[in-house]
Amino acid sequence: MESSFGSDFGSDFGSGAGGGGKLDPGLIMEQVKVQIAVANAQELLQRMTDKCFRKCIGQSGGALDNSEQKCIAMCMDRYMDSWNTVSRAYNSRLQRERANM
Amino acid sequence: REVRGAAREGRGGPGGGMDTPSAAGLGGADPQLQRFIEVETQKQRFQQLVHQMTELCWEKCMDKPGPKLDSRAETCFVNCVERFIDTSQFILNRLEQTQKSKSAFSESLSD
Repeated sequence: MESSFGSDFGSDFGSGAGGGGKLDPGLIMEQVKVQIAVANAQELLQRMTDKCFRKCIGQSGGALDNSEQKCIAMCMDRYMDSWNTVSRAYNSRLQRERANM
Repeated sequence: REVRGAAREGRGGPGGGMDTPSAAGLGGADPQLQRFIEVETQKQRFQQLVHQMTELCWEKCMDKPGPKLDSRAETCFVNCVERFIDTSQFILNRLEQTQKSKSAFSESLSD
């Protein structure tokens, strides 16, 4: 998973190509891939935050105490483990389906 | 070649995202761009479903987050994914069947 959050998406497509404003498909494809990766990272973060908030934060106090922080840290790791497990399982299932066709 | 069930959605399927009905309109005449769009769309469908299933299965399988994912939880996640795909396929199949029987019925009524 890429973590290229700092990438500049405002770049002018035309300026990358050599002559006369012809769009370079390779450049476009690379930029699209980056945007997709960022979108996926954001999605993951959003869902992880939701789940870990629910698991770890009870009655909201004045700040995140030590136990809450530990819980969130563990939760993040477990969420990533879960995501990877699901990804593998889904991939296996898809391959099995293709083999059966 | 298209995998049935959950991988086939693209009409209001889970998560929305990039619902490209066909790549032919996009990318114009450039086959390289067309291919790229097809591949990336397929990849995105996969990613979206993983996000969705992780969220759903987390509710079913994760009690209290511990120092590692124990084997019971891991098995639960794997089963959960399989059952979700089964559910998706079941729904599509049954919908197909009920549509077929409906149209046969309404055809015989329309005259």
